Amino acid sequence: MMSRALPVFVLSAMALVAAACLPFLHVAPNRLLSGHAVSPLAWPLAAAWLAVIAVTAVRIPMQRVVVTATAWFGIAGLPWLAGAEAQRILSDASATTRVQPGAGFWLMWLAAALLLLDGLRGRRPAVQVAAWIVAGFTIVVLAAAGAFDGLSLVREWRAQRAPFAAAVAEHLRLAGTTLVLALLTGAPLGWWVWRRRRADGVVVGILAFLQTVPSLALFALLIGPFAWLARAWPALGTLGFGGTGAAPAVFALWLYALLPVVRYTAAGLDAVPADTRDAARGLGMSRTQLLMRVQLPLGWPVLLAGLRIVAVQTIGLAAVAALIGAGGLGRFVFLGIGQGATDMVLLGTLAIIVLALLVDFVFQAVLAWTERRA
Amino acid sequence: MIEFDHVTKRFGGHLVIDDLSLRIDDGEFFVLVGPSGSGKSTLLRTVNRLVPVDAGAVRIDGEDVLSRDVETLRRGIGYAIQSVGLFPHRTVGENIATVPRLLGWPEGDIRARVTELVELLRLDEPGIADRYPATLSGGQQQRVGVARALAARPRIVLMDEPFGALDPITRESLQGSLKAIQRDTGTTILFVTHDMDEAFRLGDRVALMLDGRIAQVGAPLDLLHRPANDRVRDFVGGTRARLRELAVRTVRDSMRVGEPAEGEAVDVADSLQDALAAMLAQRRDRLPVNSRGERVGAIVLADLVANGP
Repeated sequence: MMSRALPVFVLSAMALVAAACLPFLHVAPNRLLSGHAVSPLAWPLAAAWLAVIAVTAVRIPMQRVVVTATAWFGIAGLPWLAGAEAQRILSDASATTRVQPGAGFWLMWLAAALLLLDGLRGRRPAVQVAAWIVAGFTIVVLAAAGAFDGLSLVREWRAQRAPFAAAVAEHLRLAGTTLVLALLTGAPLGWWVWRRRRADGVVVGILAFLQTVPSLALFALLIGPFAWLARAWPALGTLGFGGTGAAPAVFALWLYALLPVVRYTAAGLDAVPADTRDAARGLGMSRTQLLMRVQLPLGWPVLLAGLRIVAVQTIGLAAVAALIGAGGLGRFVFLGIGQGATDMVLLGTLAIIVLALLVDFVFQAVLAWTERRA
Repeated sequence: MIEFDHVTKRFGGHLVIDDLSLRIDDGEFFVLVGPSGSGKSTLLRTVNRLVPVDAGAVRIDGEDVLSRDVETLRRGIGYAIQSVGLFPHRTVGENIATVPRLLGWPEGDIRARVTELVELLRLDEPGIADRYPATLSGGQQQRVGVARALAARPRIVLMDEPFGALDPITRESLQGSLKAIQRDTGTTILFVTHDMDEAFRLGDRVALMLDGRIAQVGAPLDLLHRPANDRVRDFVGGTRARLRELAVRTVRDSMRVGEPAEGEAVDVADSLQDALAAMLAQRRDRLPVNSRGERVGAIVLADLVANGP
């Protein structure tokens, strides 16, 4: 029982400290200056949460239900509170005034998300998915209704709609191309490595070494060779090849993606017991038939789990690719840092996180679907 | 007819099969028996080319297996192994249908054959063909493995310790099923086991393999009565050889026709081992013998002790 109650206790403490000691909102005179903290709701929120924990502590199962429900409300409720409060502050302030969520808001929001995650643990997958979809949908509806219009993040987005949409598209294109390339090359390589155990050490060793090269360094290292390639074969240049841009970015991301794809392909092939393979061959299946009828159906969930990791990793790494001119949401982050515009940094970062979560969610759903069928 | 002609096989310098020659006739239930590492499984696997030979040749009906397309060759030979190796993502029916499907049989024929095999192997639990292997008992899984090996009506079936992992009762029941099916269909079976009792129970002929060579080949009673050397004598049973012999011979061989006896009767087709067990159970030294339910004679303990070489 204690082990189940512990996360609730720790996360609640985190939310309480955040509410009580850290600013809920920041008010700044314009988008570049840092502002002063306001926490109009801190103490009432802290007190209300303390009351929820205390009242329900008598019965842990009931506490779990109540805490999970409040956390679920918090997912959409906290942004709504922040938006409403921002609107109130802006109603008698200058036009350039910006109100943005502070550390207190973010921590409470994180605590709510983690509490919900914990509370949903052990529920049926359908219930879990539904809870998150409804929470996410509520936020979208609130956003569409203008509930967050007062927050500077939304104002930043309104000001940069077109470049933002383009950056999302670029980001998805970078990650998508990488993923397809990694699957097309990594899966056969994984199969080859799996067939020749002796090659395993060499190939995996090289790929594992590549993983240790910092992404920034790898992007920088590729500028030289790719610039040379584009000069040596001008035809490549017309295809968008060059020292900077999408080509070296995708190449670097592909190098990082290879190791997990190779590893998980080999693990997927290993998911078929040796005896089953022996029986399949002995009964007269060709190598292709063995692969398509036995190894792929049985190893697919493992490979899919690997692709999920690669997808999330690639979306995160693609942010750095902006530094060599590949575009994507990383551009918002680095431009924002350069200008000292926190909202722009945040806009890029949040979008990357949401993209990663969405992709992760899609993969999980597909995985759950395949496993239910199996 | 399967023919091994001076077959040699090494694994990394270690000699596993040593210049071995052997002929297995059509319709024979042939058992290769021997201790672990004697090369019996390797020899079996040279027939469907899961193991390539280093020297010599394996021929089926006079044709070198190497001259045939490997997949066509294997689809024409049944194959069952100890660990069964069923496809966990396929139903029982789909598992059984593996080879007919590879051979492109019409769907209706496949369905009929699956139904037939399910009955033949007494897998007649309702709906069993639509269940997945993981929901079956070990014995049922092995029955499915045998059904899968027999599905395309192969003339030759290779079986590598198919009943090794089963409990004694399930094993005996499956041995009975297999022997009956083999007798009815005339299939040639090459069967590998390390269990001497299983070898004598099933085999028309038995070959004892030691260190990659055939130590002796012959009918079970040949090996028991005329072991080629002391090592063969040790393997076929030493002091337990007579007990094994009782398992191979039937009551018909030793009964006294027309003599009376008290107690519960045994059948003429029962093994002498069964008759001995019945005597011990009933605490009698002679029992009546029935044939088709009618009293035909008696079986006497003294005859079991005295008979034989």
